[in-house]
Amino acid sequence: MTELQAGQSAQPLEVPRIDARPQRYRDLLIALVAFVLLALLPMLFGSKQLLDFVIRCAAYGLFATSLNLLVGYTGLISFGHGMFFGLGAYGFGLMMQKTGVPIPVAFVATLAMTLVVAVVIGAICVRLKEIYFAFVTLAFQMLIHSTILSWQSLTGGDQGLRGGIPRPPFLGIDLANHLHLYITSCALLVIGLFLMRQIAQSPFGYTLRMIRDNATRASFIGINVWRAKLVIFVLAALFAATGGMIMALFVSGAYPEFAYWTISGEGIFINMLGGVTTFLGPMVGTVLLLILNDTVTRLTEYHGIVLGVVILFFAIGLRKGLMDFVVEWFAQRRGEGRG
Amino acid sequence: MLEIRGLSKSFGGVKATDNVSLDFADGSLTAVIGPNGAGKSTFFNLITGALRPDAGQILLNGVDMAGRTPPEIVRQGIGRAFQVASIFPSLTVEETMLAAVGADQRRAGVMHRRFPLAETRDRAEHAMELLGLAGKRNRTAATLSHGDQKLLDIALALVLDPKVLLLDEPTAGMGTEERWRMIDKVRELWEKQKITVVFIEHDMDIVFKIAPEIVVLCYGRILATGTPDAIRRNEAVIEAYLGSDDHAGAVA
Repeated sequence: MTELQAGQSAQPLEVPRIDARPQRYRDLLIALVAFVLLALLPMLFGSKQLLDFVIRCAAYGLFATSLNLLVGYTGLISFGHGMFFGLGAYGFGLMMQKTGVPIPVAFVATLAMTLVVAVVIGAICVRLKEIYFAFVTLAFQMLIHSTILSWQSLTGGDQGLRGGIPRPPFLGIDLANHLHLYITSCALLVIGLFLMRQIAQSPFGYTLRMIRDNATRASFIGINVWRAKLVIFVLAALFAATGGMIMALFVSGAYPEFAYWTISGEGIFINMLGGVTTFLGPMVGTVLLLILNDTVTRLTEYHGIVLGVVILFFAIGLRKGLMDFVVEWFAQRRGEGRG
Repeated sequence: MLEIRGLSKSFGGVKATDNVSLDFADGSLTAVIGPNGAGKSTFFNLITGALRPDAGQILLNGVDMAGRTPPEIVRQGIGRAFQVASIFPSLTVEETMLAAVGADQRRAGVMHRRFPLAETRDRAEHAMELLGLAGKRNRTAATLSHGDQKLLDIALALVLDPKVLLLDEPTAGMGTEERWRMIDKVRELWEKQKITVVFIEHDMDIVFKIAPEIVVLCYGRILATGTPDAIRRNEAVIEAYLGSDDHAGAVA
């Protein structure tokens, strides 16, 4: 052995370090590619049904992924996240119907309104621990749902916002046109996912992970746990509201079910299906749930039973979501290959 | 200088900390001993803000910490490690250190940049080297051995560059050999970092061997303070704390 070799072998094992820089460009590239592929889809398949499916995926996907910022990243199990989905749909629909402002203005105004509501509700909820947090968020959800039902003069009560939502063209985009609506929904989805990914991979995202793992310890390294929880609660609400707005545009209305607790339940269901340990898990869960919903309801009227069996399979059988399972499986295979 | 003045805390009539006054000089190494239920952990919890004192002052270089929240107190320079290693199970050793430095640099809320931040690297690296965890940087905390988890817990406190480091039983749950390794590490850190270290310890051999200063707590009160020799000869300590003769024999 030469001296050089000896020196090398004496060196400690080279341990790879985490590096932040290339990640962001990789994510940006993935986002762009995903958007281009989605935008090309109508040229390949002209089916309106498929485009409708993608629009619904965009609405629910933003909602479910934002819920995962709370559930998976921060350990805040919200059973009331659907209220912001409903709030987005109603806020946007009402603003378009009553004021006739341009769509981007209504979009921003709805986000602003959601922000205010989320700050107030969040400030109360995030102080509470686990099960209390879950129940109080659920209570607020019911409160908002009841308000929508009983404020008939404004919301149309159990009939929902009817008569269609006016969709005046802006900047050459006409959301009354199905293709334009499709592209806009895809853009909102991709931008929303990219922003959430950025949050999840930022120093703040790691603050959230620390709070999830051990909130007490986090406070003993100087983190204001309450403030961090409130910030992510509000941000998640904004993305959920964006999902709600896509939904309102899609159905050209808003219905009390958008703000009912079952929407929150579906969000949790989607997260269980797709898995909460990967960023794209909820997106996969969304696609799965919508496919299941569409096919099962067509085949049987007992679709609740089928969905129940599926969730039992994931919860008790796999004990994790689909993406968790896939990622672990790959990690295991790679580990075997190396070993 | 950390000065405790008349610190008191009761839990429903039980005085867990009863009018405790103590001075910890800069750069001192002090062991806190006392039988179970003597109020050692309560004492730490009061200083670090986990509990709010009923009365008294906690002066760090003249600034009163009493009644402040844990994040505020940590930022003033009082760091702590826990009896049961308090770590972030799903984060790797390196991520833990980088995130802790980020928090100390008030960057825990940064969203427009990616983790980890370049400016957190050096300090995180230094802390890992110091505690011998650099080789395990990519292990998730949950997969570390018990001893390494305790080291990581201490690293979490140390990486914040505290003026005062409180260690709640750094050797809890360890075998004899591991205990000595850990306590050597604590002493080494104290010598290298030149910070004030206060630690709780049950093992009398360890305490008498390495601690220049000892505080004996009993029923929330200070029974005695002094050097190992003074404590060893202290009648009250032998009587009240060590109790029976064979215990006294073990100490002597």
